[in-house]
Amino acid sequence: MAENLIKPENLVYKKTSVMTDKVMHYCPGCGHGTAHRILAEVIDEMGIQNETIGVAPVGCSVLAYNYFDVDMTEAAHGRAPAVATGIRRVFPEKYVFTYQGDGDLAAIGTAETIHACNRGENILIVFINNGIYGMTGGQMAPTTLEGMKSSTSPRGRDIKTMGNPLKITELVAQLPGSYFVTRQSVHTPGSVRKAKRAIKKAMEYQKLNKGTCLVEIVSNCNSGWKMTPVQANKWMEENMFPFFPLGDIKVPQE
Amino acid sequence: MAKRGDIVIDIERCKGCGVCVPFCPTETIALGPEVNSKGYNYLVKVNDTCTGCTNCAVVCPDAVITVYREK
Repeated sequence: MAENLIKPENLVYKKTSVMTDKVMHYCPGCGHGTAHRILAEVIDEMGIQNETIGVAPVGCSVLAYNYFDVDMTEAAHGRAPAVATGIRRVFPEKYVFTYQGDGDLAAIGTAETIHACNRGENILIVFINNGIYGMTGGQMAPTTLEGMKSSTSPRGRDIKTMGNPLKITELVAQLPGSYFVTRQSVHTPGSVRKAKRAIKKAMEYQKLNKGTCLVEIVSNCNSGWKMTPVQANKWMEENMFPFFPLGDIKVPQE
Repeated sequence: MAKRGDIVIDIERCKGCGVCVPFCPTETIALGPEVNSKGYNYLVKVNDTCTGCTNCAVVCPDAVITVYREK
């Protein structure tokens, strides 16, 4: 009956060539892979593979430079926005992005993040927020929710002794230097498509030289949360999204 | 009638996370009983009802799925 549909003219989706063929080291079901892929697809669709420079962070995504087939550099822990600032000022015609997790961007790199955004550096910051330090074994991060269990808060985060979770994206949106700030997720096909549109917009805004763009992606950490990938995505919907609501936080006023 | 489609799964790269399975509108994909060289139960096609909607490929963290759809 069915003739073979697997022909080049029928192709509707394949892995973008901006991603290398290396097998990613991320845990099964981790949102990092999806976030990498949509960022690579945006670079591919805009045809800016040769004009893009990325800055990898410290954290789970420390090896991001192995997966993007663009020029990349590694920054010291939390310092990616500072390194990206330097690169963008030396090469003002290039597209520069940083890719950071919540431990990198919201804990050790808070100063660099806030000041880069306040100066309005024309870079794109992709911020992956999974509420935990995934790489080092699931310790509590600044973004860990109240009552959320981690290896250093085994009875759940207690606000009195451990402080409040940090909404760094809202904080950055208050700064005059930020231009486009949004929060997305990558756990369903619909949310992936939306997140991709947001990243594409942010990439395009860079050429306007109007300020920093930050795209937060609320992600799962199924290993750190001790759940299966599907359970982790459900838990994220039920618990992370009420505190970290999805949507645009700061949009450019035309 | 919906257009017919087909997928190709890169079984060596698949980590068997199963994130794609609930998003298939026609229940074409499932985690199979076999394991790949890393020991993951990789994704398999269980029937021929694929419409080439690309949902599975879009949500896959490891980009293991290539999608074809008749034109």
